[in-house]
Amino acid sequence: MLKVEKLNVYYGNIHALKEISFEVQKGEIVTLIGANGAGKTSTLQAISGMIKASSGAITLKGKPITYEEAHKLVPLGMAHVPEGRRVFAQMSVEENLELGAYTIKDKKQIASDIEKMYKRFPRLKERRKQLAGTMSGGEQQMLAMARALMSRPEMILMDEPSMGLAPILVQEIFEIIKEINADGTTVLLVEQNANRALQIAHRAYVLETGEIVLSGEGKDLLSNEQVKKAYLGA
Amino acid sequence: MDYGILLMQQILNGLHIGSIYALIALGYTMVYGIVKLINFAHGDIMMVGAYIAFMMITAFNLPLPIAIIISMASCALIGMGIEKVAYKPLRNAPRMWALITAIGVSFFLETLFTILFGASSKPFPTLSLAPIQIGALQISQIMMISIGLSVFLMIALELFIKETKLGKAMRAASEDAKAAALMGISVNKTISIAFAIGSALGAIGGILFAMAYPQIKPLMGVMPGLKAFIAAVLGGIGILPGAMLGGFLLGIIESITKGFLSAFWPDASLWADAILFLILILVLLLKPAGILGKNVREKV
Repeated sequence: MLKVEKLNVYYGNIHALKEISFEVQKGEIVTLIGANGAGKTSTLQAISGMIKASSGAITLKGKPITYEEAHKLVPLGMAHVPEGRRVFAQMSVEENLELGAYTIKDKKQIASDIEKMYKRFPRLKERRKQLAGTMSGGEQQMLAMARALMSRPEMILMDEPSMGLAPILVQEIFEIIKEINADGTTVLLVEQNANRALQIAHRAYVLETGEIVLSGEGKDLLSNEQVKKAYLGA
Repeated sequence: MDYGILLMQQILNGLHIGSIYALIALGYTMVYGIVKLINFAHGDIMMVGAYIAFMMITAFNLPLPIAIIISMASCALIGMGIEKVAYKPLRNAPRMWALITAIGVSFFLETLFTILFGASSKPFPTLSLAPIQIGALQISQIMMISIGLSVFLMIALELFIKETKLGKAMRAASEDAKAAALMGISVNKTISIAFAIGSALGAIGGILFAMAYPQIKPLMGVMPGLKAFIAAVLGGIGILPGAMLGGFLLGIIESITKGFLSAFWPDASLWADAILFLILILVLLLKPAGILGKNVREKV
């Protein structure tokens, strides 16, 4: 589905991503874990075109997308739930969902997809006319995910969906990610909550200061001594 | 003299000039909303719009409505062109660069039209319609056309922004351009459209202004452009209803100072612009984000 080869990203003189290579197969949940500043968010942003790669190759379903503009990736089947949710605070919940379906022409499909999202996230239905900015962090995260699903992506990138949420909501968010994946969407998940992420991921990569230092199946990494020490607080 | 009638008359005059300020202010505020640029060339677009209509009417003998449509369409294209050539290359540069460029574009347009048409004023072919008399009030038909057309265009714009897919995309891009791009929205396209709509409204503002006075010259856009900018800031820059409110308020304040206060205070009209700026300063001291603006802190 997604292939990243020898990706390099610089911010000025800072070499943020160093020769990163990994891939995500169709139907998988793959997670990137690592400490703050390891380059997890930069990796997702380079993939979705929010920042420019300095060199390397990114391909989606075999098509090179390394230098593609962000808005052109949505019709190719990619959605990105960005760090910090970034819902449109001054717009209603329903308008946010409509914007998620910006690339969809079929109005009936949009209407029925909005109903589907309301079924999956009942809180959003209660608040459909409310401005997104007035909702709680957890509700905004649900909205950000629902909004991304409105474009019917084949592949979804999620950046720290559990950040800043109460433990009970964290649980719910990870359940939803599993459901989204079970419905056939490939997931690339970036998380600081390594424990939870590794539990639901098929495979995982560990990033340290811009480099991939370890990779393997989710459950193998959960019992890996090095990972336990550095990221699981054991 | 009946002061009540005089005040009413000046409020009406204020609505007239205010509707023009409001139309121009919308262009400032739409562009600022998306690209955070004060497009100082916007006042000159109104001048360009007036000159295009002038040429259509005098050189090609076209009727006024057709001249207005051609002028709006041409200014929409010119606005988009200016954005592409002058501002787009500076999209990621420090904001001051684009601001200085905007002032440069303003000088360019003023100089270009001075070279093409000369610096002196030309009479603008206005409609010779008899004013309507309601009691002691005198209402010119041009005033009614001007207010009616402005209000119609503002309602149309508000509906476009609130209800259409493209309008929603523009609001999204003005709130968070990067997040909008992740929805598949081409931010460049929304910026082009903001410039096109803003410039078309500026063109009609310029034509209505020219019809009111009725003359045109290459520097005619400077003062109204500046006042429309004040109107946009007064109402809350980036907020469409704020620009409309600011425009009408400014027009009414100006008319009352010039036409009503002057009955008691002979020098009032000399002070009119100073009073406007004083009000702007007071409002900004009390409410820095403008009358309808929300005080949001800059995002970290």
